[in-house]
Amino acid sequence: MRKPATYLLALLLLAAAPARAQLTIEIIGGGANQIPVAVLPFAGEAALPQSITEIVEQDLTRSGRFRALFVGGVSPLPTEPAQVNFADWKSRLADALVIGQAHRLPDGRFEVRFRLLDVLKQTQIGGIAFTLTAAQVRLTAHKIADYIYEKLTGERGVFSTRIAYVVKQGTRYELRVADADGQNAQSILSSSEPIMSPAWSPDGTRMAYVSFQNKKPILFVQQLSASKQPAPVANYRGSNSAPAWSPDGKTLAAVLTRDGNSQIYLMSADGSNLRRLTTSGAIDTEPFFTPDGQSIYFTSDRGGSPQIYRMAASGGEPARITFDGDYNVSPRVSPDGKTLAYISRISGRFQLMAMDLESKQIQTLTDGQRDESPTFAPNGRIILYASDIDNRGVLAAVSSDGRFKQRLGIQAADIREPSWGPFMGN
Amino acid sequence: MKKALSVACILTLIYGCASTPAPESQPAEPQASPAPPPAAPPSAAVKPLAPSTVQSDSVKDGTLAKRSVFYELDKYDVRDEYRPTLQAHGKYLAEHRSSKMLVQGNCDERGSREYNIALGQRRAEGVKRMLVLMGASESQVEPVSLGEEKPRCTEHGEGCWSQNRRSDMLYGGEY
Repeated sequence: MRKPATYLLALLLLAAAPARAQLTIEIIGGGANQIPVAVLPFAGEAALPQSITEIVEQDLTRSGRFRALFVGGVSPLPTEPAQVNFADWKSRLADALVIGQAHRLPDGRFEVRFRLLDVLKQTQIGGIAFTLTAAQVRLTAHKIADYIYEKLTGERGVFSTRIAYVVKQGTRYELRVADADGQNAQSILSSSEPIMSPAWSPDGTRMAYVSFQNKKPILFVQQLSASKQPAPVANYRGSNSAPAWSPDGKTLAAVLTRDGNSQIYLMSADGSNLRRLTTSGAIDTEPFFTPDGQSIYFTSDRGGSPQIYRMAASGGEPARITFDGDYNVSPRVSPDGKTLAYISRISGRFQLMAMDLESKQIQTLTDGQRDESPTFAPNGRIILYASDIDNRGVLAAVSSDGRFKQRLGIQAADIREPSWGPFMGN
Repeated sequence: MKKALSVACILTLIYGCASTPAPESQPAEPQASPAPPPAAPPSAAVKPLAPSTVQSDSVKDGTLAKRSVFYELDKYDVRDEYRPTLQAHGKYLAEHRSSKMLVQGNCDERGSREYNIALGQRRAEGVKRMLVLMGASESQVEPVSLGEEKPRCTEHGEGCWSQNRRSDMLYGGEY
């Protein structure tokens, strides 16, 4: 199933990797009904510090929704629709064509313009001009890819969003934030003690996470722009963990043991205004808000084995959601509220499942041994999760219909606990 | 001062022993940790290390050197074989009200990290409850969870997993 072209690309990425370990991506399953698109190099693109169209093409291919066509040998490169030989692209079976130009401005910045063309109708679908600095080439490429993705699929693209994950390298733990393609990784926290459960605030400016730096789980909320770790938001007796944001970003749900067993509490994002949500004699953990903020899904062993339940965020009686098997954990609701992703233990293997919340139909999305910690892309199309190869942690992604799979790994490091960030305002 | 240091070394030795993982070939009952070596210096001459650290004369009792409780998969109940150990620690805490203890619950690497935090907490909580039954006071013992985050044994198989499903008892000054 592996596609030679993308595999080669992964190798190239590896070869070009700077000293700092970057995520590399390997596509391991094909998607159906891919849109054939030709991304022509932008005229004058060589003036940029890196190729913008290469990144656009990689983004589109990696989404599983597009097939990039060979674009070599086109000279001169068209910059206006009138210069395009549509008949030629039609014979090459392209549905869409991307053309553009780039040049340096007198002030040292760059201007990039591109147009997205419909080959069959021989018309322009749209286009944008960007003014950018050298440091903004990657982000601009991701925005162009987002635009193309949205125009051609009718859904919002996630290429310019970010992901967070935890890397364990030797005895060091790092919480990193990277572009959705795994590039441009930046460490926001480094510790000799474990870090887990990163959760983006809905506006993408803050990260909640659990740190063991004081020898037990303590909950923090850190501004991504801040260089220092703040004071904890929950540091009560026992354990403090499993943070989840309400959709309005004002409330955190978390699991505390200050009153005995693991129970779900709500608090303001700064830790104030603490109130208890669940009152069971069992384990209640892994809260997750529904997109409307009205309900919370969580894991509880109140029925004798860990299962997923739902309750109103204002309190009340929980309803049990999962019934198959004796281990169903880590509930995450899709951004449209229609799908529940979770982890199920089946014959000793931990696999990613998706439940259609209306029909209650369940689909097994992965066939790994130890798949964990699912997180939806903000457009709901992809689920990122933690997996392992040869007992080394890697990140993997699967389309929410289960058809398209990818693996992301860093050489010689253990990578886990992914969290996909929100859409950022344009 | 010199004496105090050497006592510290011996204590480290004893606890070091107690927390050394059993060899993989052993069954899931690593309770058979070696008995502490006989304390060399006469206990009468020993000065207490720190107010909250376990007193050296009590450590001579082999039961107190045992610091771990092991569990079956998904379980958190304390099996009967660990009662004598917990009884000894409960008694010690009852007799030394200024002593503090941290109970760390651990899980094997499988399953949800957050659920394992909760499961480890439950294991630690169960040990605490028993210690309180045996005479310790509520405020002396803090149960916390390390989940699957701090495995003692890092191989990937039941030989290791059975050692990692564990609660450890640490006295003040030891953590």
